[in-house]
Amino acid sequence: MSSVDRQQRSRTARRRVRASLARRRRRERLFRAAGLLATAAGLAFLGMFFASLIAKGASAFVQTHVLLDVETPVAALIDPVDPVGQADPIDLIDPVDPDALVNDSLRELFPLVTSRNDRRQLARLLSIDAGESVRRALVAAGAEAGTRLSIWVPAAATVDMLSKGQLDPDVEERLRPLSDVQIAWVAQLKGEGRLKKRFNSALFTNGDSREPELAGIRGALMGSFYMLLVTMALAFPIGVAAAVYLEEFAPRNRWSAPFGRLIEVNINNLAAVPSIVFGLLGLAVFIDWLALPRSAPLVGGLVLSLLTLPVIIIASRAAIQSVSPSIREAALALGASRMQMVFHHILPQALPGVLTGTIIGMSRALGETAPLLMIGMVAFIVDIPGGFTDPATALPVQIYLWADTPEPAFAERTSAAILVLLGFLLVMNLAAVVIRQRMENKV
Amino acid sequence: MQDTTLLLSLTVLALAGFYAGRGRALALVGGPARGRRLHSLPGYYGMFLAMWCLLPPLTLLLAWSLFEGRVITLMLIEGLPDAQRSMSAGELNLLVNNIQNLAVGDAVSVEIDAVLREASSRYRLLQAESRRLLTVLCLGLATLGAVSAWRRIRPEFRARNRVESTVEFFLLLASSIAVLTTIGIVMSVLFEALRFFQQVSIVDFLFGLNWSPQTAIREDQVGSSGSFGIVPLLTGTLLITVIAMLVAVPVGLMSAIYLAEYSSQKVRAAAKPMLEILAGIPTVVYGFFAALTVAPWVRDAGEAIGLDVASESALAAGLVMGIMIIPLVSSLSDDAIKAVPGDMREGALALGATRSEAMTGVILPAALPGIVGGTLLALSRAIGETMIVVMAAGLAANLTANPFEAVTTVTVQIVTLLVGDQEFDSAKTLAAFALGLVLFVVTMTLNVVGLNFVRRYREQYE
Repeated sequence: MSSVDRQQRSRTARRRVRASLARRRRRERLFRAAGLLATAAGLAFLGMFFASLIAKGASAFVQTHVLLDVETPVAALIDPVDPVGQADPIDLIDPVDPDALVNDSLRELFPLVTSRNDRRQLARLLSIDAGESVRRALVAAGAEAGTRLSIWVPAAATVDMLSKGQLDPDVEERLRPLSDVQIAWVAQLKGEGRLKKRFNSALFTNGDSREPELAGIRGALMGSFYMLLVTMALAFPIGVAAAVYLEEFAPRNRWSAPFGRLIEVNINNLAAVPSIVFGLLGLAVFIDWLALPRSAPLVGGLVLSLLTLPVIIIASRAAIQSVSPSIREAALALGASRMQMVFHHILPQALPGVLTGTIIGMSRALGETAPLLMIGMVAFIVDIPGGFTDPATALPVQIYLWADTPEPAFAERTSAAILVLLGFLLVMNLAAVVIRQRMENKV
Repeated sequence: MQDTTLLLSLTVLALAGFYAGRGRALALVGGPARGRRLHSLPGYYGMFLAMWCLLPPLTLLLAWSLFEGRVITLMLIEGLPDAQRSMSAGELNLLVNNIQNLAVGDAVSVEIDAVLREASSRYRLLQAESRRLLTVLCLGLATLGAVSAWRRIRPEFRARNRVESTVEFFLLLASSIAVLTTIGIVMSVLFEALRFFQQVSIVDFLFGLNWSPQTAIREDQVGSSGSFGIVPLLTGTLLITVIAMLVAVPVGLMSAIYLAEYSSQKVRAAAKPMLEILAGIPTVVYGFFAALTVAPWVRDAGEAIGLDVASESALAAGLVMGIMIIPLVSSLSDDAIKAVPGDMREGALALGATRSEAMTGVILPAALPGIVGGTLLALSRAIGETMIVVMAAGLAANLTANPFEAVTTVTVQIVTLLVGDQEFDSAKTLAAFALGLVLFVVTMTLNVVGLNFVRRYREQYE
């Protein structure tokens, strides 16, 4: 091959490369843009998610209240039924019906409303719980009979939605829950400064309710709390013990090696089994076979601990593996038994990783819903559970129940409950991060 | 005695046992100064005694609480008048329930008659008797154990070895729970599913094209038998899963590539944990988002371009499910890409490949098994996902491939069949377990294959 020939060839090659370069660079830019787009899309989903939740849920933390002037009734407070103070103080003014006080007060505010039907409509502006909150306020104030007190009582959910702008007053009258007259009354109350949005304490102190303005997440929170206690008490010790056994004591000879593999595969698989299947297990074993009570946090906690166990085992094994072998060997060389080596030296070193794994497992348990549906924790429960066997729901189940309610006023409360749930998860995950950093600094 | 009081007194006994055992060991050799004559550290003698004091009664307590209810119920039925004892199982069950409710003061569904009242007071008596017996037995066992352990303590007694082998036994027990859980899952779904297949033939179940599990109460009503063909559920699950994977795989894979190859260290450190937040959000929240935000949006968008979209369309559920599994795909792909040796990438770049060419031509093919494994795991996750579809997908079992129509999935049907249903023997309830069996088998296969891919591939480069 002559040198001219070679030159010719390299020139055409160079030309070809140069010609293709623009195309290849364009493709490179496109590829890079696609990657950026995908990442941005993922983050945008996240942003959109939180933005929509906060936009919907923030308003549920306040609740419209109406200011009523109530005269302290004479009979009950002057002559208490129970002078020794044995009975619940709330009982003391029972002889006077607090609902009557509310109606009196409304009559004063709207002297022109006289017909029975109108009065009934007027009373519907307030929550059915208005009488109860008047009663509570009167007892708390302990004022002399005849004094006038100004009391904020919760408004009905419809009024609440109207004042939050979630109810369009321009829709045809028969298509909305508030009549024209009622809307005028609300406007009048607002003009007199008697309508105000105040902190929605019912959301945190009440159990579930059919009335949106009274519905709260306290019952669900307590249910979740008891469940997590059970889960923590079972999954943490069992998970760590299992990890210790598998890492330190499981025999590793030729015969048992396949058995070890089997356990390994089994645990990894268990971590990926759909949670609803654990619910089926709970239903068949704990409820049908062991006859434990339905809807109880105890059973929920048992199911959730089986669910979190693989997470904790996997994290703990990783933490134990990462302890430096020199510590192990030093302990053994100084005459420690294997058990002493593990409990005095390896586990303290592995603790940050173990704790982090546990907290992550617990936060997964806190957000879990599907298995709880299987074991009957989806009932409508008003009472706040006070123990491990009381019927209860859990926070995510409450979210599910509220999301399913056709009543539109529950939509914002669902978002608020979600924000509370996410808040708890955030705190737990931050705790995991802090623990890891603290312990790592110490070691 | 209440369970808590009993546990508390056992704990106190064990604590006392610990100090007694330690003290006895030291006393035998003549004081702490001569402690080295003991085989084990003095504390181990204490632990040995405490162990004997605590473990037998605890075992008894566990067994007792597992079987107490059954035995008492049997004894209760035994003592009922003959008229009641000859009732059918269902009626008897109801009667026993009423007796128990009356005993604790709950509402009773029938009129309270003499038989009921007598039985409930007997029930209370039996319960009190059982508690008393348990307390006596537990405390007796604890004392017995403590005394026998006390007498075995000698200076040359190998207390540490005893304690350690007991601890090791408990460690083994703990690790076998994971295996027992799997066995429990298999057994519970398998047995109930077999009972279901006695009522409905397995061929009809697997190949039937019609799913309408509502069995009527009376025989002569329309559709009284119900039909249990699983095919529409499988296609519905498949449709939603495919939509989810179409969202999750490109987005997850491309973002993993971007973060591994192109982004600066800072962006990566910020974006990666933020994407992982998506994985930590509870699925019920996704379900709410799908049902209340995405589904109406999809419907409006569809109507705007003239399509007929169901308000519970498969598309909405699939889209949101896809978002949920983005981080799973992304982090597993990231692991796979990271595991490819740097030499391979640098070699490609040195030969003049652009970064995208190095990625698609060299790194991705090398990382492919890991990515495929991760995708299989994501697929299994999507198939088993429950809350999103329960809240955003439909209930009607349509056999369709149109993403704008409402479909139902296996998990939705399990939830629908079981929620609120108290009967444990109807075909409806048992069908849920048969579906659970299908779900478990499918996801387990995907998991095992996927994990195998991921693991084998990791070993290849290590």
